Amino acid sequence: MSLQPISFYQTGTFTVGNRLLAPEDRSVQANMQRTNSLNSGHRACQGCGEALGARYAIDAAMIASKNQLIAANATGCLEVFSTPYPETSWQIPWIHSLFGNAAAVATGIAAAIKIKKQKGQGGDTRVVAQGGDGGTTDIGFGCLSGMFERNDDVLYICYDNGGYMNTGVQRSSATPSSARTATTMPLGPEPGNPFGQGKFVPAIAMAHEIPYVATATVADLRDLEYKVTRAMGMRGARYIHILVPCPLGWGTASHDTIRIARLAKETGIFPVFEAEHGEVKSALAIRRPLPVEDYLRPQKRFAHLFGKNPAVETIARIQAQADKNIRRYGLLETETR
Amino acid sequence: MDKPFAITLNPGSSLANHTGSWRTSRPVYLDRLPPCNNQCPAGEDIQGWLFHAESGNYEKAWRHLTKDNPFPATMGRVCYHSCEDVCNRAKLDAPVGINSVERFLGDEAIKQGWKLAPPEADTGKHVLIVGAGPSGMSAAYHLRRLGHRVTVHDAGPFMGGMMRFGIPKYRLPREVLDAEMQRVVDLGVEVKLNSKVDNILASMKAGKFDAAFLAVGAHIGKRAMIPAGDAAKIVDAISVLRSMEGQDKPMLGRRVIVYGGGNTAIDVARTAKRMGAEPIIVYRRTREKAPAHDFEIEEALQEGIMVKWLSTIKQAGESSITIEKMALDDKGFPQPTGEFETMDADSVVLALGQDVDLALLNDVPGLEVNDGVVKVDPNMMTGHPGIFAGGDMVPAERNVTVAIGHGKKAARNIDAWLKASSYQAPPKHELAHFERLNTWYYADAPKTVRPMLDIIRRQSTFDEVQGGLDETNALFEARRCLSCGNCFECDNCYGVCPDNAVIKLGPGKRFEFNYDYCKGCGMCVTECPCGAIKMEAEEI
Amino acid sequence: MLKQCEGSHAVAEAVALCRPEVICAYPISPQTHIVEGLGEMVKSGELKDCEFINVESEFAAMSVAIGSSAAGARTYTATASQGLLFMVEAVYNASGLGLPIVMTVANRAIGAPINIWNDHSDSLSQRDCGWIQLFAETNQEALDLHIQAFKLAEELSLPVMVCMDGFILTHAYERADIPTQAQVDDFLPPYEPRQVLDPAEPVSIGAMVGPEAFMEVRYLAHAKQMQALERIPQLADEFKKVFGRDTGGLTHTYKADDAETIVIAMGSVLGTIKDTVDDMREAGHKIGVLGITSFRPFPLVAVAAALKNCKRFLVLEKSLAVGSGGIVATDVRMAVTGMGLKGYTVVAGLGGRAITKKSLATLFEKAGRDELELVTFLDLDWKVVNRQLEREKQTRRSGPAAEAMLRDLGTVASKIA
Repeated sequence: MSLQPISFYQTGTFTVGNRLLAPEDRSVQANMQRTNSLNSGHRACQGCGEALGARYAIDAAMIASKNQLIAANATGCLEVFSTPYPETSWQIPWIHSLFGNAAAVATGIAAAIKIKKQKGQGGDTRVVAQGGDGGTTDIGFGCLSGMFERNDDVLYICYDNGGYMNTGVQRSSATPSSARTATTMPLGPEPGNPFGQGKFVPAIAMAHEIPYVATATVADLRDLEYKVTRAMGMRGARYIHILVPCPLGWGTASHDTIRIARLAKETGIFPVFEAEHGEVKSALAIRRPLPVEDYLRPQKRFAHLFGKNPAVETIARIQAQADKNIRRYGLLETETR
Repeated sequence: MDKPFAITLNPGSSLANHTGSWRTSRPVYLDRLPPCNNQCPAGEDIQGWLFHAESGNYEKAWRHLTKDNPFPATMGRVCYHSCEDVCNRAKLDAPVGINSVERFLGDEAIKQGWKLAPPEADTGKHVLIVGAGPSGMSAAYHLRRLGHRVTVHDAGPFMGGMMRFGIPKYRLPREVLDAEMQRVVDLGVEVKLNSKVDNILASMKAGKFDAAFLAVGAHIGKRAMIPAGDAAKIVDAISVLRSMEGQDKPMLGRRVIVYGGGNTAIDVARTAKRMGAEPIIVYRRTREKAPAHDFEIEEALQEGIMVKWLSTIKQAGESSITIEKMALDDKGFPQPTGEFETMDADSVVLALGQDVDLALLNDVPGLEVNDGVVKVDPNMMTGHPGIFAGGDMVPAERNVTVAIGHGKKAARNIDAWLKASSYQAPPKHELAHFERLNTWYYADAPKTVRPMLDIIRRQSTFDEVQGGLDETNALFEARRCLSCGNCFECDNCYGVCPDNAVIKLGPGKRFEFNYDYCKGCGMCVTECPCGAIKMEAEEI
Repeated sequence: MLKQCEGSHAVAEAVALCRPEVICAYPISPQTHIVEGLGEMVKSGELKDCEFINVESEFAAMSVAIGSSAAGARTYTATASQGLLFMVEAVYNASGLGLPIVMTVANRAIGAPINIWNDHSDSLSQRDCGWIQLFAETNQEALDLHIQAFKLAEELSLPVMVCMDGFILTHAYERADIPTQAQVDDFLPPYEPRQVLDPAEPVSIGAMVGPEAFMEVRYLAHAKQMQALERIPQLADEFKKVFGRDTGGLTHTYKADDAETIVIAMGSVLGTIKDTVDDMREAGHKIGVLGITSFRPFPLVAVAAALKNCKRFLVLEKSLAVGSGGIVATDVRMAVTGMGLKGYTVVAGLGGRAITKKSLATLFEKAGRDELELVTFLDLDWKVVNRQLEREKQTRRSGPAAEAMLRDLGTVASKIA
């Protein structure tokens, strides 16, 4: 159970905290002593989903590891906005090496930790690697797959905002079909990002049969924290893919970041589930089913689908993608987890 | 460690970078007025006391509630809870059962023997209150808590006024009423029963009162011109209900015709039913047009009471009446059809409304009476300085809750008048509209249904029809409150801020913004479940 | 302990004696035997407290090394040729972050055309990557340099490449004196990182640095290499005290004191050169040798000092700065600026082309007569080259050059004709 089973408390399940819950049942983010692993003063845009997702995930990992945590970070927004000389926002031991090697750097750290512990020179420090979708699904994919395949003791967290936002919103292999980016402009016979197979790394991670794979969004904090905690309770390669809306790249209001993430989940566009050793174990049910249009319409990157002559067929194709997710992961089944 | 220059940095050092300078608008916390509070005629802070009830601190909830209304056990039974009609939760599933929680708190207070807080200091002023009904006793309570000496005169033999003489036992058990009245008396309020004030100025002078509050109920039943034979037994509803409180129960016979469509008509019909009669309500319009609350009509029908809709009584005889069928015209007014029907009737009870006995006001200089009620200014003062009035006596909807609200309002104004100042109500917060809420965060939780007395017992006894909630479901019901417009410390703003710019101050202390780092994204506003944050343009 | 063994094996033993804690390996010839040897030692338990990681690429190898080194582990890897190029981004990153990783580069040519044999193109392509590059002349020196490399790297917090000629050294069986664990422990203290990822003292490593400090950061990298110039000879002395061998240092001279001609080179070819010089000395030529061990940092002062009495120098290098000439020669020329020496660049042995005493003798004699071109390609088959140039002049679609030339040579004619 990732969600508080206490539906009795009217908001116990969905809000960050609840004054009526026992402290141990509250979210990490509700805690006055939470780590704030990513400290104030970072230079992320207003309403940045990645900054939020990173703090959610790393704070939870800090609790789970009893503050014995090291992070390796891929190049990207998260790295750039958190550590421009002379200031860093990280409060944990953290290293940035390159765009495409976060998983491998983390493997190295984990190896060092293992040996130090073996030699009695170090404690049970845990390792996370993190990166955006570009650093994970594209340029860092080789290292990621290697880390998975060796089952290195690393939790890799991908903050997916569907594009290369740091370099000015270009397409990545995680950019959704039809979305406008600087390299997939809404021009020509198939405006926006062409429809393809897409590259859904959680499914590829599952194919490695690693101990744990999960998806989450910044809109479901309790679920996200549960998954990080669960992942940290395991050894070996683990992967969590978190959807983090980007107001800049998606053309959404800065205050709508969480709302958009929620819509992604509620429309079935982004399936929220967890898998162990290659098999789906549970999915977060859609609570208030909505058509994909509700998700697409508030985003300027999909503006070309609407307007005077709505691209009805394209919207139907995107709806079909969502419907497939709903079928594949059982998102409308009430009996989940 | 000897860190390499520039590439290796000290943790958390970005605090030096005050990102608050990016902001063009800033979030601010505010309290908005929940619709229930806005609606409550008694001016209760409903959301406020539910907040304490939610945490199971019933005494604190009760104390918060009784700051405005000293009679929650009574209210929890007889209030028509228009608060629930405007409850935002209705748009989600069903309104919060505010009334049932109020009753639970009131009953809990009686069970636990909680006492009202005594006044802090005596002012030396003495206020006369005429009428020990809801308005009078409410005023007495508030004035006493403000430190004034209070004497209540009532013509009747018991406290409670129309709460006792107008509301049947099966809706309001007398021990409940007595307990809540007594609690006010225990504060040091003097109540003189069977003591009718015939002349207000004389009584004030005799008792050296500094001010007076008139709260005489509408005890006189209105009569209608019905051609009737001498032998026909025609009584008014309020007399019937009043006599239920005395030793001599009214003799109405078996076939009782109740004429009227208001709550009193329903009350008297259900009373008659419980006395073994077969009451039939005759009303000239339709059920939809009837002024009685629909749930009361429904309960009456459940209990086997017949209603003749669209009917007027044309004539009453010794053992029968003649009624004429009516039809609604285009404008919805009933018009005679010329169709008649004769019905057996042992008695006719007229439930056509009540009037107030205003004899005590004769010759009061400046005091103005229009259409049987006393004219008052916005501060509840009559045209005669120092004499205030409320409840049924003044132009307003006549119900217990309104009366209690009048008592409170009058008390505040009397207090101000006695201090030669005027009462300034604090400015009203803006309304917490449903659109201000983010209802995603509320778990689905349908309303708890109060237990109802089974139908057989309802037809034969005066046992209370509607039961109360036990603690478990009262707590559940309280926790269904959305806390519209008022922070309930769900930690959402604290959690959703990407810049950690919300400072959590600890339990009961809410939150503060750290404007050094707040970039003004507004996520806290969007994700606040209850609409207790708003954005304001930054002055640049 | 003296042992007849393969060069790779000797290096593996030396690395193991340094008590590495993390080794990452990706196979590429001719480096493979080193990591195979280490892998075996870890598997068998002979090398304790060491994590041996089979990674999926050289890029990952260096990246894992970056992680483990930053987390405080003594870290080793090895590569060559294409592998070194594939990890380049991480190579620069390791030095930029100041992580004392030691890496063997079993020097090998870079394609295309793909070629597994020895030259110095791979590591010399990385001359500006910020790593220290030490070149071994013999298997014994390769062994010794690894031990020195760990100490140097960790003292300065800078990564070190130990470069040894692929096949010529790595696969050659020679006698090697393998030190004892006690000797190595005596020389090399446990790794005490300058910066480390440690929850007890968190830091952020790898900040983004803008124009306001980037120059300074780069200068500090240079300054570290300058420190290494002082430290490398000292370490060689210290090493000699413990192990009794004179290996390492910045440069070595051979019969250079009175030499009018000095031949400069790096790596195993120095052996052939010395043999040739011996013969020429007997014939009365005033010729000597300057071997460069430390290519980075480049010992400008030591080179100038070694050349101060000669009339000319000849840089024989197994690398080619295409479109310019020599790589090592450029640095040497900088060292002798203003000394009025004649200098010749000889590109030799690319892609494993044999460098024979005979060719060298002819070359050196020609140099002694100052009859050399400024840049000479030793033993280049001009016939083949000219035929290909002619072919390309005549036919637009002349096909792949390498295959065409092989056909001319008849080497694989039967297979591709």
